[in-house]
Amino acid sequence: MKKINYILTALLGLSMQFAFAQTPKGSVLIKNATVLTVTNGTLENTDVLVQDGLIKRIAPDISAPKGVETIDATGKYVMPGIIDAHSHVALDVVNEATNPIVAEVRMKDVVNPYEIGIYRALAGGVTISHAMHGSANVIGGQNATLKHRWGSTDPADIIMQDAPRTIKFALGENPTRVHGRGNGIQPRSRMGVEAILRNGFSEALQYKKAWESFEATKNEKGSTAVAPQYNERLQTLVDILDGKIIIHCHSYRADEIYMLINVARDFGIKKLVFQHTNEGFKVAPEIAEYTMGASVFADWWAYKFEVYYSTAFNAAILQKNGALTSINSDSAELIRHLYHEAGKTQRYGGLTDDEALAMITINPAKQLGIDDKVGSLEEGKQADIAIFEGHPLSTYAVPQMTFVDGVKYFDITKDKDDQRQRISATETVEPIYLGHENHRCMQDTEHLFETANALFHTQH
Amino acid sequence: MKRLNQTFLIFLMAMMPLFAMAQIDGEFIKPRSGKFLLQNATVHTITNGVMENASVLIEGGKILQVGTSVSADGAEVIDCKGMVIYPGMIDGGTTLGLVEVSSVAETVDYAEIGNVTPNMQALTTVNPNSEAIPVTRVSGVTTVMAVPQGGLFPGTAALINLVGYTPDQMYAGAKAVVMNFPNSGRRGRWDRRSDEEIKKETEKALKDANDLWQKAKTYHELKAKGAELEYYPEMEQLAKVISGELPLMVEVNAAKDIQNAIKWMEDKDVKFFFSGVSEGWRVADELAEAGISVITGPVQALPTRQSDRYDTPYANAGKMSKAGVKVAIRTNEAENVRNLPFHAAYAAAYGMGKEEAWKAVTINAAEILGVADQLGSIEEGKIANLIVATEDPFETRAQIMHVFINGYRIPLSNRHIRLYQEFLERSPDLKAN
Repeated sequence: MKKINYILTALLGLSMQFAFAQTPKGSVLIKNATVLTVTNGTLENTDVLVQDGLIKRIAPDISAPKGVETIDATGKYVMPGIIDAHSHVALDVVNEATNPIVAEVRMKDVVNPYEIGIYRALAGGVTISHAMHGSANVIGGQNATLKHRWGSTDPADIIMQDAPRTIKFALGENPTRVHGRGNGIQPRSRMGVEAILRNGFSEALQYKKAWESFEATKNEKGSTAVAPQYNERLQTLVDILDGKIIIHCHSYRADEIYMLINVARDFGIKKLVFQHTNEGFKVAPEIAEYTMGASVFADWWAYKFEVYYSTAFNAAILQKNGALTSINSDSAELIRHLYHEAGKTQRYGGLTDDEALAMITINPAKQLGIDDKVGSLEEGKQADIAIFEGHPLSTYAVPQMTFVDGVKYFDITKDKDDQRQRISATETVEPIYLGHENHRCMQDTEHLFETANALFHTQH
Repeated sequence: MKRLNQTFLIFLMAMMPLFAMAQIDGEFIKPRSGKFLLQNATVHTITNGVMENASVLIEGGKILQVGTSVSADGAEVIDCKGMVIYPGMIDGGTTLGLVEVSSVAETVDYAEIGNVTPNMQALTTVNPNSEAIPVTRVSGVTTVMAVPQGGLFPGTAALINLVGYTPDQMYAGAKAVVMNFPNSGRRGRWDRRSDEEIKKETEKALKDANDLWQKAKTYHELKAKGAELEYYPEMEQLAKVISGELPLMVEVNAAKDIQNAIKWMEDKDVKFFFSGVSEGWRVADELAEAGISVITGPVQALPTRQSDRYDTPYANAGKMSKAGVKVAIRTNEAENVRNLPFHAAYAAAYGMGKEEAWKAVTINAAEILGVADQLGSIEEGKIANLIVATEDPFETRAQIMHVFINGYRIPLSNRHIRLYQEFLERSPDLKAN
């Protein structure tokens, strides 16, 4: 009897191992390329050997181990897979707009591995995207970091299971519009946004204390302690306070950015990244000193009032002030050419090639807490790789192949005419979309603003 | 009394240094006209090839001389050694100047109430002082088509140069009546109309268009015969298309709609061209055969169908051009019109080639809009819209060094640049907290 239990346990353990080992890992030798390592400079005529999903060696004249495919990349550029720190790709739903704080919801529950946007991102060299909750709430849901393993039918397969937890916050126009103007509750102003944050974290501290005193006394002899009611929302806020979750905060204006920096400092929160951050340049020294930096658009501005006083030099100013800076898409379209968006930092601020490339590779990796695994071409890292014809910062560059964990998911020479994974029985056959919702930050809140949407504007 | 005046004078004198500072702070570099010689550059004329070590002489708003032996003759000389000169780029379709902040309805002026409003004039609505104009022109885009949006006939578009303080100063000599051809596509993911509803709406819109066209023809004929007609501004404007005074700019995108539009235009003896044309690559041969020119874009856009290859929007302009269609490129943007060179670069990289892509943002646009005698290339006698850059202006790493519009030397400043100057090294910095 006991023996059987042991065997069953062992089997269970094994099956779990299989479950984790399911995602495919590849081996490949890329020969004779210009290798843009990002962290260790540019290496001419160099080979990259990938084995079982990891970068094994980067050196000239590596010979292919038995059975490993060789790709001749003479005249081509090899760079780390591009990482988009702000995206809504592969998400069926974006906003849970029902409360100013919805920390308990998880984007992991709404991942759609069939979305064509994944393949289109791969065709732009993007291997990892940060699939975020929308910006309707001051404290939104928990995001999912995705690896673009296109072709998988299991949502779990495209989630980067070894990435740390992150959560969406949002300041300014969007949460005040949804709650103050849409639902008639706090916050209606940026004052209210700060109050929601401080109230939320203070309540979380009480909750934490209640559990701690319960845990401390429950085993005492004759203890009458009753466990506090479990609350997923407050527990998530406690996890933020305990440094287990990285905040990624939608923000635009300098005042609101500065406000959140102060709130975070008051509550001892260190893991904080600002998103969009159009006026980040005005508080660049503060962002550099107290946070994990900012993830910004290359040049988007003027689509709403809070981004009217923007500058395309934002990324350069942040970078030169020592703030960790990345460039993101927040868009199904921009995600297709982030290498070009990064190139704009050379027009607007004259950044070097390495600085510009870092903004779409190692810098976003740091902001997502995955820089020990991806974000540069280094031996031992996961083999997320993009091959380009032409330097990736040139506007004429054309991505050729994209690998995730050493497996090739995009090859321009094998690109199919019909790119769908499957045909849906319920969707209209071949709907033609002529307008594009570039930004989906406010998706699923449209019902609150019927009249405002009359002119078909997307809100970012 | 006198003493008071004296005291005031002394006070004023004492204040002078302060005023002087205020003066420096408020110093403003204005667009400046005059005689300029852009010397020793590689001149890309577009229509007459590339000239090495060539110079361009500008005076009175015009290009006086282009060549390798042009003398300064009293002109202000600008050394352009190692640099390239191109004609200013033309964006064939934008809402620049018609909107300031798109989510703030009070600043959105490109769409009017009503389905048939061809008499709405983009030109009078253009805000010459829009913050987006100086932001746009330093990228090398010197001329744009400002296009009204909305219903079946939303208004009349106008070509403007990005310098000047009144619409009349900006006007670049081309207008077009806009028609949104009945559209069978969806406006976005949120467009939840059934196929049946879309079909019905499209059919009704086409019937409306036919009725209106007939009415406009009648209006024109009666007017030509000297009839006294009641005030009817919509028909007055549509009649200008019938008479050939203005071209019709037909916005059409889905392949089937393009085919329908080709057919619809067949029996209409008017000047016209297509705009949008995002699925033009599907029917490129038909467009070429019908001899229809297009202003297409944006190039950096999503495919119109889920199944389409990811690069169809990038390749669209090139495929039409290869089929023999005259193609100009537009951004269809307002504050992001500055990205026109990058849209063109994508078209170039995905099949169009650099030379054709340059034509698509210069001479082709000028020809389609009927202003090729004035704009679109570096030729003697043409309007002096020129850009000087460190290298190919389609590259993001290129810096635009000089911009001339209408012969005015444009200050290379705008809000984005001023904010950079103010905040790169902030004072007080962090330590002063």
